[in-house]
Amino acid sequence: MEYLKAFLVGGAICFAVQILLDNTKLMPGRVMVILVCLGAILGALGIYEPFAKWAGAGASVPLTGFGNVLFKGVKDAVDKEGFIGIFKGGFTASAVGISSAIIFSYIASWFFDSKMKS
Amino acid sequence: MSDQKKGSISDVLNEKDIQKRNEFYNQYVKEVTPKFSVFKNSVKAFLIGGIICTIGQFLTTYFKNLGQNEENAKSYTSLVLILLSILLTGFGIYQKLAKFGGAGTLVPITGFANSVAAPAVEYKKEGQVFGIGCKIFTIAGPVILYGIFSSWVLGLIYYLLKRFGLV
Amino acid sequence: MAANQNKQSKMVGKQSIIFRDPPYIISASSVAGKKEGEGPLGHLFDLIHEDPMVGKKTWEEAESELMKQSAEKALEKAGLKSQDIRYLVGGDLLGQLIATSFGIVDLEIPTLGIYGACSTMGEAMTIGAILVDGGFADNVMAITSSHFAGAEKQFRFPLDYGNQRPYSAHWTVTGSGAVIIADKDSHKKEQGASVVIKGVTPGKIVDFGLKDSMNMGAAMAPAAFETIKQNFEDFGVKPDYYDKIITGDLGYVGQTILIDLLGEKGYDISHNHMDCGIEIFDQEEQDTHAGGSGCGCSAITFTSYILNQLRGGNWKRVLFVPTGALLSQVSFNEGKSVPGIAHAVVVEAET
Repeated sequence: MEYLKAFLVGGAICFAVQILLDNTKLMPGRVMVILVCLGAILGALGIYEPFAKWAGAGASVPLTGFGNVLFKGVKDAVDKEGFIGIFKGGFTASAVGISSAIIFSYIASWFFDSKMKS
Repeated sequence: MSDQKKGSISDVLNEKDIQKRNEFYNQYVKEVTPKFSVFKNSVKAFLIGGIICTIGQFLTTYFKNLGQNEENAKSYTSLVLILLSILLTGFGIYQKLAKFGGAGTLVPITGFANSVAAPAVEYKKEGQVFGIGCKIFTIAGPVILYGIFSSWVLGLIYYLLKRFGLV
Repeated sequence: MAANQNKQSKMVGKQSIIFRDPPYIISASSVAGKKEGEGPLGHLFDLIHEDPMVGKKTWEEAESELMKQSAEKALEKAGLKSQDIRYLVGGDLLGQLIATSFGIVDLEIPTLGIYGACSTMGEAMTIGAILVDGGFADNVMAITSSHFAGAEKQFRFPLDYGNQRPYSAHWTVTGSGAVIIADKDSHKKEQGASVVIKGVTPGKIVDFGLKDSMNMGAAMAPAAFETIKQNFEDFGVKPDYYDKIITGDLGYVGQTILIDLLGEKGYDISHNHMDCGIEIFDQEEQDTHAGGSGCGCSAITFTSYILNQLRGGNWKRVLFVPTGALLSQVSFNEGKSVPGIAHAVVVEAET
């Protein structure tokens, strides 16, 4: 059941974004920024967390989930440590995502070369 | 349809005001530029995005069964998806998937990983420091900047609201 | 007085030139990549490279190598050495023209580097013809190149980035083309008809405010329109004066727009217009969307297909109009549109 929810919700978000991409001149970079910020805002408004609990990976895997994680991290840090938490929370929460992306990409550059398109 | 088109083109050429003429031209170009079927594209995005999220769900459940708590299970899921995405990028498979799936590969965290791996692999020829080092975030940079910044702004608001006893 | 009149007689209309001693194209070469070799014109290219790196370590070096080979091939076919060439006029898409500078450095020919984006072949042939007709050189090499990977890296995304290309996107050609332009005395009888450059219409930069960086055909069409229209007006001719009017890389989208624009001004080119970007790839089989582009596109199509048709007697006179989109990451990000430019070269087969 949870697999079906993940499939449908994740797919639906991608469906909507594809329509946005095809109908506007938005470049992928801008779309990624919009998704992250949207996730953070919806998280702050208390909407994304219950949504994520229901939809599972369908909500946490998309970049909106990443934005939500960022806000959650800041919120928890503020709850625990007050003011300084505002500066600590974001990177702490996103640490796994960002460091794994950097580290694995860098290691990949040792073994792979860029490929000509055909 | 062809009359409409011709109408716009004479608007373009007869318009003396350059701003207006350029606007007409952009409109005209939009009309005459064919597009691939938006619906077909969106269905493909739905499929690919859905599959990636399902894989994510499978991973999260797997890690929870191994005894991880909710948060760590999600972290491990991200880790695995990012690793897979980077491997597929290295082997030249992710790009083919993206050509087919569009937003289906862009929206999930895998798109973020691919956007870091691609410059890393490409710019190594310009050196470790000035190639990879300087340019690895050339596509993903905005995500990190605006992600951190927006969570910071929201965090500040949350802190102030808390301070004044509103939350 | 007589000298003035002489100079005057080469200026035609508002911006065109007619050559009273039309320079000859005595040699031409085309070096192409794998995808181009698999296309409809593949069998006509002098050299095809399956390896996109052309045995080199970077994309930029690969493009330089393509250029070096097309220069050497053109010399070989003319029976000349690099010392025999008075000047080289050339350029490419890369910043600071690094493909050109590293490609032709070993030839030790005095070089005039130029930037015209994808219109570079037209610009190079224009300057080369002017130098020869004006008696400033006995022969000149006009050369240009482009490489898919180098162009993607510079203008769009690293190759391994997963993105979707819209219908209006072009496929940058991997290839280099060179011609040697010479005066009557240096000209020898070659196979088939001799081909001369009769005149040129250098073009203005034209900006219709296009803000879509993925639709280069639409960015360039207004420039092609202005240049071709001016060519008709300056020379006092109609479209059917030319067997073919061949633009560089307007592609399917740009072609539609060009025909509309010229049609609006009373010039119907729908029956004799061709585009190198459309000819060089099979759109369906090779999935190249709007068509080929890049400096190499017009260059290798001209040096292989178009010259063949002229020498073989199928065409007598063509208007060769390479088109360029003056796209820059910096200006585009700063909110500016993409202007275009097109240079027209009147090429004729001598009977």
